[in-house]
Amino acid sequence: MATVDLTRVRPYGDTFDDGVVQLSFSLPVPYGEEAREAARQYVAGLGMMEAAVVDMKDLGEDMTFFVLYAKAVHTVDFTAIKVPKVESPVMDFYEINDFIREHIGRKIIVIGACTGTDAHTVGIDAIMNMKGYAGEYGLERYPEIDAYNLGSQVQNDEMVRKAIELRADAILVSQVVTQKDVHIPNLGELVDLLEAEGLRRRMVLICGGPRIHHELALELGYDAGFGPGTLAPEVASYVAHEIVRRGLA
Amino acid sequence: MTSQLYLDEHQIRRARAAAAAIADDVVTFISDKTTIAIERTVLRLYGLDGVDADYVPLPNVVVDHVHERGGLANGITRPFVNGLLQTGQSVQGLGEAVAAGQVDLLTLPGIRADGEPADDDAEAAIQVRARSLATAALERMRANRRRRDEYLTQLGEGPQPYVYVIVATGNIYEDVIQARAAARQGADIIAVIRSTGQSLIDYVPFGATTEGFGGTYATQENFRIMRAALDEVGAEVGRYIRLCNYCSGLCMPEIAAMGALERLDVMLNDALYGILFRDINMQRTLIDQHFSRMINAFAGVIINTGEDNYLTTADAVEAAHTVLASQFVNEQLALRSGLPAGQMGLGHAFEMNPDLEDGFLLEWAQALMAREIFADAPLKYMPPTKHMTGNIFRGHIQDAMFNLIGVATGQGIQLLGMMTEAIHTPLIHDRQLAIESARYIFHNARHLREEIQFAPEGRMVRRAQEVLGQAVELLDQMVGKGLFATLSEGLFADVRRSPTGGKGLRGVLERGPRYLNPVEEALRRELAIGGSR
Repeated sequence: MATVDLTRVRPYGDTFDDGVVQLSFSLPVPYGEEAREAARQYVAGLGMMEAAVVDMKDLGEDMTFFVLYAKAVHTVDFTAIKVPKVESPVMDFYEINDFIREHIGRKIIVIGACTGTDAHTVGIDAIMNMKGYAGEYGLERYPEIDAYNLGSQVQNDEMVRKAIELRADAILVSQVVTQKDVHIPNLGELVDLLEAEGLRRRMVLICGGPRIHHELALELGYDAGFGPGTLAPEVASYVAHEIVRRGLA
Repeated sequence: MTSQLYLDEHQIRRARAAAAAIADDVVTFISDKTTIAIERTVLRLYGLDGVDADYVPLPNVVVDHVHERGGLANGITRPFVNGLLQTGQSVQGLGEAVAAGQVDLLTLPGIRADGEPADDDAEAAIQVRARSLATAALERMRANRRRRDEYLTQLGEGPQPYVYVIVATGNIYEDVIQARAAARQGADIIAVIRSTGQSLIDYVPFGATTEGFGGTYATQENFRIMRAALDEVGAEVGRYIRLCNYCSGLCMPEIAAMGALERLDVMLNDALYGILFRDINMQRTLIDQHFSRMINAFAGVIINTGEDNYLTTADAVEAAHTVLASQFVNEQLALRSGLPAGQMGLGHAFEMNPDLEDGFLLEWAQALMAREIFADAPLKYMPPTKHMTGNIFRGHIQDAMFNLIGVATGQGIQLLGMMTEAIHTPLIHDRQLAIESARYIFHNARHLREEIQFAPEGRMVRRAQEVLGQAVELLDQMVGKGLFATLSEGLFADVRRSPTGGKGLRGVLERGPRYLNPVEEALRRELAIGGSR
């Protein structure tokens, strides 16, 4: 049996190097055989072989939806991949509280919100609310963390004001609405405001959301970014370690 | 139909009696108050539209013009109508003259600076003109209602559960393409999601808009554009396509009026939602809601309430009874605005953790319980959102489970879930796949409800009875405290709100002794609901 060459990796269906990919998309063309051929040629143009439309639907308004399979030719060198990641070890609820008691010696103060025009609190609630999410308590339940969930549509200047008032050690910003990249300038603005107030270095600044990743967070001037599926202990562990590492306590 | 869940009629009556007491309390509190939004609504219904040079809507300009000098407590009607009589201008002409600084409504003859009438003759003339403006406004709304009925007779409509999908491109013209496609795919209701943040602005944007985030601004022109598009595609597909928007937030009654004038069919209209999830002041929005629901009632609009959202923050299993309790309260509040049961799209949702053993049974029991208790209401059933992960394949199955319960329990309005929930606002083919799946399931299991009996001592029956029992208990507690204190204590959605906190309280006014609002009076007459103080 063939083994994988990690310098030249292709998609795998049921045989090494078969390159099988599944695609679905719509084209703004009327439903029919010409549409099918257009979709096939489009995928061929992406550099894939043997493109086959296995299903298509008339969406109305001269639009057609396709499901296709094709074989990808392009390869990727897995050995050359480098992805920045949040490196601190993840502790559990009890370990985090013990860690804070032992290494920081006081409660840490965390504020969080959906900022800008974003009204979708499902992410920040999952991390902060008492009940938490998926069996993990949220930060409000941690005895060694004073957590303030400020809710939704909190403006950046209000966020900074609250951070000063509550003497926050860490700020969590959740961004769920990312249509037309509305989150990027909003996230950047908070960094600018904190820097203008001379607070940026004194705080751990974190963003999270379905379209957020660590690399993007670093680019925007945050200390860390957490993507979908993140649970409270990952965030709390990072905050606690970072406070100690930077001597912020 | 007898109860498939063996629900106790006595318990249901007790819940309704408690909710009635809670609602009466609220109505007593609000009946001697008005808001800047209500007064702007009255102007819109008299026919005032448009914006000033700085794009401030004229209803805001005129209301602020009077309010800034403390002349609003008796309503905007008297100063404005007196202005019409004194200047001989049209409604629109007078609004523009005020905006241009050419007319000061509080220094004209016929009225005193505090908004009270100068004398009985002036007052008599104002009353006559004001009543005729109100009559004309109601006539416009009535004509739209008649038009809808004609369409429904000519074209017919899809069977319930109605297939409800959203469009949310931010650009009304792009929304039209998506909405027309959805109608062709089988949608019965198109909801145009509003731009995020609109609920918190204290004016309604003007004109056709092409830039919004997570949705498209609710403007009267956008309503008109979408209404025309849906009428056209409805005629082609042979089905009346209903249009839905969001009559919530700080401009709640104004949007109700705009919807009534542009023949919207369904409106999200829930003060509790705004209080809990948008931190809108509870006094402000409950007063606004009372008037907006009268407009919606008269316009034949189905309202949707937002109890489903409680389960996005609170746990769907533990907090199930809070949804039911809130539905009882919303029902009683709606009745006090003249809304018949057939226009009450009370909200609930399929939001339990999918990893829960027998979770499907609990969801089914909950949905059927709501169906049995609110037998004549077109219940609005919301899809899974909290536990959608980005795994579109699993998400499609979660939505299918939700659709099965929808048809098996006879829900009125099925807000279709999208497999791409938690990823992006729906793409054109996300909607196609959702509608295809819903239609398959609805059709394939159409009469399932009639074929089923549940074990009288079984899990589902026990669960429904337990939730009803807890709801009764919660409502009994609430009767003593009242709705405001209940919200202060975080009993709904785990969110705490204070009566004087939140946005919009400054727009609340005590009604003066000579308060005049002929639109409200006419609506009360038409809807046969009691007068206010």
